Amino acid sequence: MSVVAADGLSLTFPGDVQALKDVTLTIEDGEFVSFIGPSGCGKTTFLRVVADLEHPTGGSVTVTGLTPEQARLNRAYGYVFQQPGLLPWRTVEGNVRLPLTLMGKDRQQAAEKVASVLKMVELDGFGNKYPWQLSGGMQQRASIARALAFDAELLLMDEPFGALDEIVRDRLNEQLLDLWRETRKTVLFVTHSIPEAVYLSTKIVVMSPRPGRIARIIDNPLPAERPLDVRESTDFLAVASEVRIALREGMDE
Amino acid sequence: MMGWLTRSVLPVATIVAAIVLIWYVAAVPMNAKRTYMMAPDDAQISLPELVEDTWSQKKPQLPLPHQVVRELKKQATFAWIWKEKRRGYKRSLIYHTWVTLSSTLLGFALGLVLGVSLSLAIVYSRVMDLSVMPWVITSQTIPIIAIAPMIIVLMAPLGFTGLMPKGVISMYLSYFPIVIGMTKGLRSSDPILEDQMKTWSASAFQTFWLLRLPSALPFLFPAMKIGLAAALVGAVVAELPSGARAGLGARLLVFSYRSETIPMWANLVSAAILAGLLVVSFGMLERAMNRRLGFRNAAEASS
Repeated sequence: MSVVAADGLSLTFPGDVQALKDVTLTIEDGEFVSFIGPSGCGKTTFLRVVADLEHPTGGSVTVTGLTPEQARLNRAYGYVFQQPGLLPWRTVEGNVRLPLTLMGKDRQQAAEKVASVLKMVELDGFGNKYPWQLSGGMQQRASIARALAFDAELLLMDEPFGALDEIVRDRLNEQLLDLWRETRKTVLFVTHSIPEAVYLSTKIVVMSPRPGRIARIIDNPLPAERPLDVRESTDFLAVASEVRIALREGMDE
Repeated sequence: MMGWLTRSVLPVATIVAAIVLIWYVAAVPMNAKRTYMMAPDDAQISLPELVEDTWSQKKPQLPLPHQVVRELKKQATFAWIWKEKRRGYKRSLIYHTWVTLSSTLLGFALGLVLGVSLSLAIVYSRVMDLSVMPWVITSQTIPIIAIAPMIIVLMAPLGFTGLMPKGVISMYLSYFPIVIGMTKGLRSSDPILEDQMKTWSASAFQTFWLLRLPSALPFLFPAMKIGLAAALVGAVVAELPSGARAGLGARLLVFSYRSETIPMWANLVSAAILAGLLVVSFGMLERAMNRRLGFRNAAEASS
């Protein structure tokens, strides 16, 4: 079953800004799909439509077979924003537990779940710290743990590592891949970075701006097992250059 | 300890010392008129004589700090508690400060309830936002001194006399900063966090309780501090037209009729001390809240 299916999806903001035009895309269960493109290409808007934070003005989209609103009410997805978005007055544990509390999980179950996802993002031992006591990378990991906590099958990530430095970013990319292999979740991942997109994805959606649309969809032939030095391989560089060419073509049109 | 002394005590002490110095110097020319009036026409008054007289008059234009302090020592007494029958309490500053404090606190409590309720209505209802806010602002353009007698007159037939009308007048001043602060606070929550709550399909109440209310507290507390000071002003003003015999405001009026400047100043200083104590104790509450909310300090809380 396709997890996300968009057909002729369009979104025009008031003031005649066309953020998305005729986007048709199917994402299967267990895929890791990156969305890449320059600012204004609609990649974040597409993610927000899937999350029911924006409403399309044309075409159709289903999320886990439901409308985006039904999917949101079903808590079908976890959303990781560009900023960590942690409540400053709650500890890391309190933040990760928040969605579980909202969903009415009992304390015992919630505590176990929180401990296990914090371990997954290597934040065990930091549960009682407040967000301001953590580095940017750790805050973003806490944010990811929170999105994983309630076992949604779909993970939406909007440039989660955009504000982090290269070294931290590499480490988090590696961890994210491990997580994805462990959990077999479907991931939609927005990024500005070509190496990041190629390193992480099974499928790369190259988008172009004004109006925001899909320029090309590239299947990534790299094996599932990807150590960081895969980025030096010729296969990797070939995919990266394909993405770069698609991006340039999209701009020229 | 040294750091605390140079940071907190020294600046304040310097300013106080400067004010006291200016005060003593200024008292000489201000009170000199009376000295010459009381002296025989042909008297030659030397400067030391002039200084001595202007610093020790019974009803000076400008009472001196030591006169005010002496008056405070004499009148700020708890003796009325055990000597009530001797009617000594009528002169006790502690008693009158207590009377004013009680209507200040009542007015502040009413103002807090009214202010927070109004801001909730404004934030959650578009109609209230458009219709109420202009009236809230207009209410503060009417001088309290003009509206206070009307409140007393209007409430009397309803059976409210004494403390209640004074509390309502206090409320009229203190609710305003609370509405403004709380409304701003409730609207200050991070849009990302609002979106985040939506992705978890949180109910409106959950979003309010878990996100908006905690986000609003750093705005509410400074607003409450201003509201508290305003409530005190309201309480003093409310005692003027109400025919009240007790309270700092009522005493101020009596002493001003009799030109008893020294007790007037003692009253003013009592009001200032009361305001200071209220604001300081509130500040402690605010710091405790900030610690509870995990903020490093108040500056971060409001940023």
